[in-house]
Amino acid sequence: MKSFDGKVAFLDRSDINTDEIIPARYLTEITKEALKPFLMEDLSMEGFNPASGFAGVSVVVSRANFGCGSSREHAPWAFEVNGIYLVIAESFARIFRQNMFNCGMMAVELPKEDIDTLFTRFSGKETFVSVDLEKGLFVFKAGGDTLEISFSVSEFDKSLVKAGGWVDFADKNY
Amino acid sequence: MGKTITEKIFDAHRVDNPAGDIQVIRLDAVFCHEITTPVAINDLVARGKDRVFDPSKIKAVIDHVTPAKDSKTAEQGKIIRDWARRHGIMDFFDIGRNGVCHALFPEKGFVRPGYTVIMGDSHTCTHGAFGAFAAGVGTTDLEVGILKGVCAFKAPRTLKVEVTGSLPAGVYAKDVILALIGELGVNGATNKVIEFTGPVVDAMSMESRMTLCNMAIEAGGTCGVCYPDAVTVDYLWPFIEKDYPSKEAALADYSQWISDSDAEYDGTMTLDVSGLSPMMTFGYKPDQVKPVSEMEGSPVDQVYIGSCTNGRIEDLRVAAAVLKGRRIADTVRGVVSPATPEVYRMALAEGIIGIFMDAGFCVTNPTCGACLGMSNGVLAEGEVCAATTNRNFNGRMGKGGMVHLMSPATAAATALTGKISNSLLYTGKEACA
Repeated sequence: MKSFDGKVAFLDRSDINTDEIIPARYLTEITKEALKPFLMEDLSMEGFNPASGFAGVSVVVSRANFGCGSSREHAPWAFEVNGIYLVIAESFARIFRQNMFNCGMMAVELPKEDIDTLFTRFSGKETFVSVDLEKGLFVFKAGGDTLEISFSVSEFDKSLVKAGGWVDFADKNY
Repeated sequence: MGKTITEKIFDAHRVDNPAGDIQVIRLDAVFCHEITTPVAINDLVARGKDRVFDPSKIKAVIDHVTPAKDSKTAEQGKIIRDWARRHGIMDFFDIGRNGVCHALFPEKGFVRPGYTVIMGDSHTCTHGAFGAFAAGVGTTDLEVGILKGVCAFKAPRTLKVEVTGSLPAGVYAKDVILALIGELGVNGATNKVIEFTGPVVDAMSMESRMTLCNMAIEAGGTCGVCYPDAVTVDYLWPFIEKDYPSKEAALADYSQWISDSDAEYDGTMTLDVSGLSPMMTFGYKPDQVKPVSEMEGSPVDQVYIGSCTNGRIEDLRVAAAVLKGRRIADTVRGVVSPATPEVYRMALAEGIIGIFMDAGFCVTNPTCGACLGMSNGVLAEGEVCAATTNRNFNGRMGKGGMVHLMSPATAAATALTGKISNSLLYTGKEACA
């Protein structure tokens, strides 16, 4: 099972799409590792530079409808090979969300109020989050500021994370 | 309480209910193309699981970049080609026989009412036009589909959209779906199936229904679905005539895949299209939609007619009616990609290819082509394309490019002037509101 703790990048925009996460011109790659330099190369968002903004980052926090568009699992893989296994957002596109859990990663939805709070209190600061999957608890820390936020992940999604993804789970169960 | 068509399909295919509202369903077909499948194949091989659940239920095509444009795309083609041979996948479509997956597979009769279908492509929702549950999935779901013939989904929730009134002249299925996405927003149908009903849908051809369902994903929808009817039976008849004594018998069988009148919906809405005018997108999201009349005169650099949304013979006929006997503007590059070899052949026989060529269009082989900026027709920084495709994301057709989504009629009219234009100026039909 992957570890989800780490430094947070805040992407203050809704509808970040899969073409922005990994442009189609890189879909000719047939290994995950080859996608590493291109994460969010086409992201159009004021105040965030994709070329430097993901250095040392393990977690992304964003707004609504994250990962809309293509079915390409290259989008979660682009995160995975950059060491980012957790995206927290107000809502996700269905296929992106499923792809994350299918890879043993997590796409966690939080209510809009919680997301607003995170942006207000932590965006622009060096922020770290620790994750307790069993308790369903995030602990955000920046300097002396600490915030606990509870989350829920379905039993099925949790079992995919523990199994390391859907292939092993399905091969064992079906 | 009654059930929706999707609930009926799930009930007939449920294999397991591992937790909560998660349903694992049996798949009738797994579709594959050369962009998302080679990674799945390589991973299955690496896991020591290089198997397929049923080669007769797997259909594969090379369509996104074909012929290969470089060594990498050649390798992608080789992986899926070798895999198809290795596992005896008979329905594999390579150069000369290949076309855009969501146009080719229906044309081959691979989708039937009541089927469950997955593919590693978000526009798989197109196949719901046949009264099937068809969903785009990622590579891992595709792997499990190939290996085990199953996929997991949340229990289906359905948004019912009743399309009423009658379509004005020059207004098409593409305008209807653009208007609907404009109302729903890009996540208005997330985790839902959009059920298209009503007299306007009933009157539509299978091609137009596919155009509607194709863009369900642009509102976040898992699938678009239409009820199978006599139009569906007529379309499928060459493939099913050995299975049924008559078209009436086929229709009677398929009528099991229709929602009950007391089915429970997650939401319902009515779209009266009587006053609808041609629509187009103006921004980088498919819900940024406005009437063509509000954008008229805005210049474009390229016009692209093709893709799984609007590259079928019906679309080429509509565009050709606008282009016939005319030349496109010198300032514009026109590119048309017939979606399948059969579409190409019909367009040749009907003189449509000649009309496009006389007008100054470049006619490409059947391929996804310019739609996602992977092969021919890529835009340069700052260029604008009027396209019959389905997605206008930033950089979609090339970094720094802008794509306006519209109907084939509007795209053809726009090619003639080099500026966003109303097709009715060229077809002589009465101007619509």
